[in-house]
Amino acid sequence: MTAQAAIKDGDAGIADRRRWMGVLARAGREELEEAWTALPSKPAHRFMRAPEIGLVMVQARAGGSGNPFNLGEMTVTRCALRLDSGVVGFGYVQGRDKRRAELAAAFDALLQTPETRDEVLRGVVEKLAAAQAERRALRSRKAASTKVEFFTMVRGDNPR
Amino acid sequence: MYVAVKGGERAILNSHKLVAEERRGDPALAELDVRQIVEQFRLAVDRVMTEGSVYDPELAALALKQAQGDAVEAIFLLRAYRTTLPRFAVSRPIETRRMAVRRRVSAAYKDVPGGQVLGPTYDYTHRLLDFALAAEGGVGAPEADLAEETLPDAMPPVLDILDGENLIEREFADREGESVFDLTRESLSFPAGRDQRLQNLARGDEGFVLGLAYSTTRGYGGSHPFVGEVRLGETAVEITPEELGFSIEIGDITVTECQMINQFKGTAEKPAQFTRGYGLSFGHGERKAMSMALVDRAMRCRELGEDALYPAQDEEFVLSHSDNIEAVGFVTHFKLPHYVDFQAELELVRRLRAEHATRVGRDGELREAAE
Repeated sequence: MTAQAAIKDGDAGIADRRRWMGVLARAGREELEEAWTALPSKPAHRFMRAPEIGLVMVQARAGGSGNPFNLGEMTVTRCALRLDSGVVGFGYVQGRDKRRAELAAAFDALLQTPETRDEVLRGVVEKLAAAQAERRALRSRKAASTKVEFFTMVRGDNPR
Repeated sequence: MYVAVKGGERAILNSHKLVAEERRGDPALAELDVRQIVEQFRLAVDRVMTEGSVYDPELAALALKQAQGDAVEAIFLLRAYRTTLPRFAVSRPIETRRMAVRRRVSAAYKDVPGGQVLGPTYDYTHRLLDFALAAEGGVGAPEADLAEETLPDAMPPVLDILDGENLIEREFADREGESVFDLTRESLSFPAGRDQRLQNLARGDEGFVLGLAYSTTRGYGGSHPFVGEVRLGETAVEITPEELGFSIEIGDITVTECQMINQFKGTAEKPAQFTRGYGLSFGHGERKAMSMALVDRAMRCRELGEDALYPAQDEEFVLSHSDNIEAVGFVTHFKLPHYVDFQAELELVRRLRAEHATRVGRDGELREAAE
């Protein structure tokens, strides 16, 4: 079964899948292990492509909006596995942690499986996404504390 | 003449052992953990990632540990490692306009939407050694302040939103779908497109690019720049794996971006306008991004109809010498055995001296004869 077929069978939209794959890719090893351990039943799976480390060339644009150029590469680990049900899951994660890629692929497969999707979405993806949003907000609030408040040098106009 | 070409194996092996011991330093002190380097020597890690041209903080930290903190040696290690890996994909161009900003300043416009955000910068520190960092017991866990509100989710580029009069050149993508030059697969070729120049500068040695950038502002390039914007933050990387057929995000990387603007007198066809130079580095690499932006602008002289008079404007000179691994390879290979070469040169110098002596002697005789 191809990935596209799996999506159709699983009735999950591409937009949904892009979102959860992005969330899984940003999750830490421990977070994923914890979520995996907490699963009531762990489905058997076989690797279609054992976790493999490689590179992605990162492109950017001249001036931020112009023509593309190659900035440099980043390490990435990818994995593809098949559940006994036949559903195929993919994991593409930044860095060189093979277990992370494997877990991301396993969750991707479970999320394409109608029987497990809602549970994994709620119990894993939403939690991970919330943690990521919180980390991002925290970083942003720290940065916001360094925002310059200009004031004009006029008597009585300065902030107290 | 016979010259020994073998030998030295034992000396080399023992040299490796000696390096290992010196690298470890005093064993009574705790050994550095790679994660400590990632966390506490982050700016060194960022430089190694940028010039090593591989974004992977743990690998860069490992390289720094192995190289005893020698940035260029660490960059060499990272470059060598990358050749062992397959390439899975080329990303879609990252969208720095959607960056989760942690620092954003403009020297050209004071009032920018979202404000001037200093972020984690050394700019306004006093550059006095802080002996508290050397104190026993360390600094504990310092905490940053937290604002009530986050910064806006996306901060549009300053130059795009504040230049309503079209006084600053726009950057358009008009080569969509064309192949992008890749220095990891092709050799330098001239004349170089901007894609080749930007990739070369991004990987280029910070010191070299900084020095060239400085030269453009000191009369060797006629540059009077303003920082339109410098920003630091996290940007998503997106790829489209063949087997999926749609794009997915594979993580976030930290980048520093610099939009530099420069005066341009205009030509018969084009009215005067500010032109742009662009700099981008992995991690927090502001000095590098700013330098890159200045040299990028200097090398745009040809397309802007300016005379190329100075080193920073000479793309062949800049691109051929910016890569520190190539430069190190050539400069330092001179310390490797050149015994045969040198013997040959010795012979040559002996012969020239002998000829000189003969000539002087003959001239002397002739002079005497003339007198």
